[in-house]
Amino acid sequence: MKILVLIKQTPDTESKIRLSGDGKSIEQGDIKYIINPYDEFAIEEGLKLKEKLGSGEVVIASFGGETAKELIVKGLAMGGDRGLLISNAGLEGADSLAIAKVLTGAIKAEKADVVFCGKQAIDDDNMHVGTMAAEMLGWPHVNVVTKFDLNGTTARVEREVEGGKVEVYDVTLPAIFGAHKSLNTPRYASLPGIMKAKKKPFDLKTPGDVGVDPSTLKAKAVIKGYKYPPEKPKGQIFAGEPVEVMVEKVVKLLRQEAKVI
Amino acid sequence: MKVLVFVEQRDGKIKSSAHEALTVGFKLAGSSANLAAVLVGQGVAGLSGQLAGWGADTVYTADSADLSLYNIQGYSNGVEAAIKAFSPDVVLGVASPMGRDVFPRLAARMDGAILTDLTSIEAAGNGVQGTKPMYSGKCIADVATDGAKISFVTIRQNVFPSSKAESGNATATPVTAAAGDGKIKTIEIRKGKSAKPDLTEASLIISGGRAMGNSENFKILADCADVIGATIGASRAAVDSGYATHDMQVGQTGKTVNPNLYIACGISGSIQHMAGMRTSKVIVAVNTDKDAPIFGVASYGIVGDLFKVVPLLTEQFKTLLK
Ligand SMILES: Cc1cc2nc3c(=O)[nH]c(=O)nc-3n(C[C@H](O)[C@H](O)[C@H](O)COP(=O)(O)OP(=O)(O)OC[C@H]3O[C@@H](n4cnc5c(N)ncnc54)[C@H](O)[C@@H]3O)c2cc1C
Repeated sequence: MKILVLIKQTPDTESKIRLSGDGKSIEQGDIKYIINPYDEFAIEEGLKLKEKLGSGEVVIASFGGETAKELIVKGLAMGGDRGLLISNAGLEGADSLAIAKVLTGAIKAEKADVVFCGKQAIDDDNMHVGTMAAEMLGWPHVNVVTKFDLNGTTARVEREVEGGKVEVYDVTLPAIFGAHKSLNTPRYASLPGIMKAKKKPFDLKTPGDVGVDPSTLKAKAVIKGYKYPPEKPKGQIFAGEPVEVMVEKVVKLLRQEAKVI
Repeated sequence: MKVLVFVEQRDGKIKSSAHEALTVGFKLAGSSANLAAVLVGQGVAGLSGQLAGWGADTVYTADSADLSLYNIQGYSNGVEAAIKAFSPDVVLGVASPMGRDVFPRLAARMDGAILTDLTSIEAAGNGVQGTKPMYSGKCIADVATDGAKISFVTIRQNVFPSSKAESGNATATPVTAAAGDGKIKTIEIRKGKSAKPDLTEASLIISGGRAMGNSENFKILADCADVIGATIGASRAAVDSGYATHDMQVGQTGKTVNPNLYIACGISGSIQHMAGMRTSKVIVAVNTDKDAPIFGVASYGIVGDLFKVVPLLTEQFKTLLK
């Protein structure tokens, strides 16, 4: 079975986000990139599936810049078999639909049987790409997956929705699954794993190599600029008084000033 | 412009956030003739009357027994049928689990533009422009559709007011959702344990962090929540320590919430937690550490022991609401 895991590089959540002077872009200098945290659950699920089946290949793939290579190699260190980076050179402003088109090309070229990705990337929080790729492939897709169990070519999966409700699906492969955090616990790369990862096969391709014409990738949704969130006015913090007094003050403010109770 | 609003229902109940989308949709469309709604599910033809006065002259209903349980294929096809009937410029919905399923599917199907989770929105050409928080709320992006024939746009819940247009006669117009290919079957939808509104829809939330110490102690939050009708949330530290369940987690890897009031008890205010609740209208922090970062975003704060503060809060709320 060919298992493809799609990953994205996202800024470490601890990174400061600084805007360029004109507000058109984000300064790259301070940003440390990590594998999007949800994508680690996707990698783990791919590795677990291969182990359960006793055979197969896990390909770790991304559409992105040079820096994504290091993160794909991290996925190989966790146990992936092969890396695939599709270069976004000249397509840095691609919107989610364009990215999904490229990844759809990759999934076809790889003849993947099952694809795992994270439920969302923590930079734009869009939750688009897996769903869109599934649509273009004519495949089923379940996002926010909390349980995955494959029997033959049918997967029984669960996903969490609002109100603590759980939707249970039977999905016929090939299909795409978006991993949520409670799906599994991602393994750490072992030292031998890290050593081996550097020698594992790694392909660098262009969108054209996976059959996608770059002229079809013009963004239909654009980011025109950024701004910092408005500063909240300084709050009223009470300290050092008897608890009853402080509670009474806050309750009064909630009622009379904020009018939320 | 012509706007079609996807009005979500679950278990035959129209979700309150659908009214927020209809309010935004009416503003964008400018008239009831230019606004339509679509309902998908079993028995939804009977719900269309509830939309009278919410701005839309036409309510498309994709009503069939196959759609009794939510399924991405059937529901996408239902919305698609309404799009074919109405030819909107913009399809509008809410960034809910259902909206986040259906909208990317249809944007890919129709080669449209997609914008998700907007916190402000206005018409621009035959599409829209607006804002959306990015990078855990550390910045706000100005986003816009650009030259697409059709745009799929979702708004963040609890951000926009819902106000009735007092126009739109909501005439039910049946459409037929194409059958799915059977490659994805909904086996069941298990009910949640709580009768309270979901965190993402709640207008009042009280959350506990690591300082709660164990799951039994969440009872003091529950007592307070019962008095004011709040939903209970938790930090990841509380969830990872087993004090609270996964569906209660607020933050970057949990839920993004937008209540009128968020009470954070024994939560330090990590960047990841704040990513999920920073936009709450009023934030109250209770923490023993006066330097805890949560006080930086709090409207009101009490430096004190939550085990003393929360029971007193509960008592005073009780007196107030008697
Ligand atoms: C990729 C990633 C994603 C993450 N996603 C999330 C997320 O979605 N949500 C989330 O919450 N976290 C998330 N985290 C974890 C986050 O970094 C913090 O570890 C977590 O939020 C801390 O939870 P806490 O505030 O409950 O605990 P702590 O930081 O330990 O804070 C406990 C607080 O309680 C106070 N306290 C102690 N005793 C009392 C008392 N008796 N009365 C009052 N106050 C008291 C302390 O002063 C302290 O401020 C994520 C981390 C990473 C790396």
